[in-house]
Amino acid sequence: MNWVPEVASNLASKVDAVLWFITVVSLVFFIIISFVLVYFAIRYRRRQENEETPYITGSHVLETIWTIIPSFLLIVIFAYGFVVYKDMRTPPQDSLEITVTGKQWLWLFAYNTGKTTLNELYVPEGRPIKLVMKSDDVLHSFYVPAFRVKQDLVGGMYTDLWFTPTKAGTYELFCAEYCGTGHSAMLGKVIVMSPQEYEKWEKGEEEKAVSSLPPAELGKKLYTERGCNACHSIDGSTLVGPTWKGLYGHDVDLQDGTKVTVNENYIRESILEPQAQLVKGYTPTMPSFKGVLSDDEISGIIAYIKTLK
Amino acid sequence: MANHTIAETISIPYLEERGLLSWLTSTDHKRISIMYLLSISTFFILAGISALLFRLELLTPGKTIVDPHTYNVLFTFHGAVMVFLFIVPGLAASFGNFLIPLMIGARDVAFPRLNLGSYYLYVIGAIIVLVSLSKPADTGWTFYTPYSIKSGTDVILLTLGIFVLGFSSILTGLNFIVTIHKLRAPGMTWHRLPLFIWASYATAILQLLATPVIGITLLLLVAERAFGIGFFDPAKGGDPVLFQHFFWFYSHPAVYIMIIPAMGVISEVIPVFARKPIFGYKAIAYSSLAIALISFLVWAHHMFVSGMSDMAATIFSFLTFLVAIPTAIKVFNWTATLYKGSIDLKSPMLYALSFIFLFTIGGLTGVFLGALAVDVHLHDTYFVVAHMHYVMIGGTVMGFLAALHFWYPKMTGKMFNEKVAKIAWAFVFIGFNVTFFPQFILGTQGMPRRYADYPPQFHSLNELSTIGSWILGIGMFVMAINLIRGLFNGEKAPQNPYNSLSLEWQVPSPPPHENFEEIPNVTDWTYGYGKKSA
Ligand code: HEC
Ligand SMILES: [Cu+2]
Ligand SMILES: [Cu+2]
Repeated sequence: MNWVPEVASNLASKVDAVLWFITVVSLVFFIIISFVLVYFAIRYRRRQENEETPYITGSHVLETIWTIIPSFLLIVIFAYGFVVYKDMRTPPQDSLEITVTGKQWLWLFAYNTGKTTLNELYVPEGRPIKLVMKSDDVLHSFYVPAFRVKQDLVGGMYTDLWFTPTKAGTYELFCAEYCGTGHSAMLGKVIVMSPQEYEKWEKGEEEKAVSSLPPAELGKKLYTERGCNACHSIDGSTLVGPTWKGLYGHDVDLQDGTKVTVNENYIRESILEPQAQLVKGYTPTMPSFKGVLSDDEISGIIAYIKTLK
Repeated sequence: MANHTIAETISIPYLEERGLLSWLTSTDHKRISIMYLLSISTFFILAGISALLFRLELLTPGKTIVDPHTYNVLFTFHGAVMVFLFIVPGLAASFGNFLIPLMIGARDVAFPRLNLGSYYLYVIGAIIVLVSLSKPADTGWTFYTPYSIKSGTDVILLTLGIFVLGFSSILTGLNFIVTIHKLRAPGMTWHRLPLFIWASYATAILQLLATPVIGITLLLLVAERAFGIGFFDPAKGGDPVLFQHFFWFYSHPAVYIMIIPAMGVISEVIPVFARKPIFGYKAIAYSSLAIALISFLVWAHHMFVSGMSDMAATIFSFLTFLVAIPTAIKVFNWTATLYKGSIDLKSPMLYALSFIFLFTIGGLTGVFLGALAVDVHLHDTYFVVAHMHYVMIGGTVMGFLAALHFWYPKMTGKMFNEKVAKIAWAFVFIGFNVTFFPQFILGTQGMPRRYADYPPQFHSLNELSTIGSWILGIGMFVMAINLIRGLFNGEKAPQNPYNSLSLEWQVPSPPPHENFEEIPNVTDWTYGYGKKSA
């Protein structure tokens, strides 16, 4: 069994070193105390009802020893934890900056090339990465166990975090701060690529100028790129959310008992304020895409849904 | 109490008078204690059942029995009820009420009517909390903003309920402080006091000083939800991190409100069942006070990754290590008390020894979380969940069960079946460890807490934890049945079945309404066990 996740950042091995140090110190104390406890309980167990016992009320020597030794060790542990923490809080000057926005319940990453990605963070191996983060709504927390980094995202302020990925691969990103119904579904990935691959990725397939695509095609592209396909099918099957097949023009039963006919406005509202008109039989897990999708993009999705007869 | 005519009521056992009304109007601290005990136990069971349900949901990845929203409601209910309706009033209101006057040689607490009033406040608060269940909150017991402002559930009622409960806590603390200062029997000097009294005193100070802060914080939250005043929501110009500071300024000392009385219980049980004076009396007594005071200075160790400054994080990390020292001292002293004792492993002692063992694990894992670099990785993972339960169940609940079994003969006048009590203990002990130990590993592996669902790599440990919860549940059930049966079928309890020297054991079981026929004259401390010449 793995006690800790794999080590995939420069910080991870340092954090692990502190973790193991404390583990060893704690184990020593734990073993001593449990051993003494069990030994006394057996050695001195009551054998006859009226056994006599000595009148011992304390020992200044012992009490001094067991105050000083733990105090000393605790200060060492504090100092070690602090030294590594200082590293974790001091990003190198040449870090690559990426902006992170958390919202119920998705992650948005904006790169300084102008590219943006949803729920997938792309970074090059071996380069310090600094994430500048904010929340659009409630608290979230950016947590990548393989990197041993975590930082809350807070509305109204920027928080930051840095790491240098040391191993190409794909790593899990969790939201670690409770943020409502979709908290445990607010998952992402960090994709670490070799510097060459990363360069290619950065330059490659520049976001096509939005207007250059016909709306329905743009919608089709967004359907997978923005992750709608995780919850909505286009073939009539039910996933986490209702299928889009035959959605347009169809009557939908809402949670509050009313009925609506799906039109442009309904779709638009479902995307921007998914919880405002909840479809009957579904839980409110759909994230709001307000600020994520532009008007043109929403029109594209509407056009695409219209084609799914 | 002073204006009762003693001759009339003397030597009528406090349980004698029957009828609901005689209970609900009684200002006898012992009756109030029993009412608290029954109330908090009921909530303990309710909150325990909700835990069994959400552990069942976590048995397998994906949906097992409930959807994510229901899961969130269940863990919120579990946390809020366990904390505010069971463990905070907990030992202080139940056993503290029963024991403080008896242990210090008084006939009642200083303000008996206020005491009954505190109980009614508790009941009112509890009812408000229950009413809020018509649209149960899903914010977690921590009510972090801005989610608690935006959540569509009934957060206002729940927080108002807790607000009222706070007054019950404050008034109880006040009552106990005055009682301990003013009503000690002649000769009962501070350094002769049972350590449970020292612990209750430290707890009462915390209740009195810390609770108003949570009251005000929750009112601000209500004002923000109801009237849109922007204290904590950044969308209205508020600061969400400020809420966390306020919240933990109370809730960290509250951790010690929960644990210090249990430490007091352990300090009573161990000398009796080891037949030894407590080792290092003064160190234990003053460390309770030290813990209480330092606990006001460590609140932000819950917030190292919340967005507060690195400097603040560093200072709070350092102070956190300070509070570990008096805690460690207590553990060493209890263990040393066993040396050359005559150790009787009856059920109260088994629970007390479990306390030392489990609380040590809880304390040591706290050291991991206090260390800045490690906390960044472990914060808000299952490691914290496990740590907190090792302190709260492994510590406080073990102390509670030790107290329940130890003072049961005194409170009820009956004995329970000792053999069954030991079997129940074994289930509780094993079940607890099987439930919560795997959670430490889930935490170091990186599983976040409050997850309604989890990726497949966390499956087997979650499964183990859920199975453990059933063992723990069975243990609790057997224990409860055993104690309830004792009430009806148990043998009559002698005055002092365990040969304790403490004052409460020198009066009949159950004690008479006025406790002491004559106020005793105290000439020695409570822990004079063993042969002095040896
Ligand atoms: C995490 C899962 C999830 C994701 C991702 C998601 N949705 Fe949804 N969606 C739902 C659920 C659940 C519902 C039904 C409940 C509701 O009305 O909010 C829904 C409802 C809808 C509806 C109304 C459907 C109807 O039958 O009335 C539309 C339109 C919609 N989503 C569009 C989108 C678009 C566009 C995207 C991607 C940009 C998207 N959704 C991504 C879960 C999701
Ligand atoms: Cu989140
Ligand atoms: Cu979250």
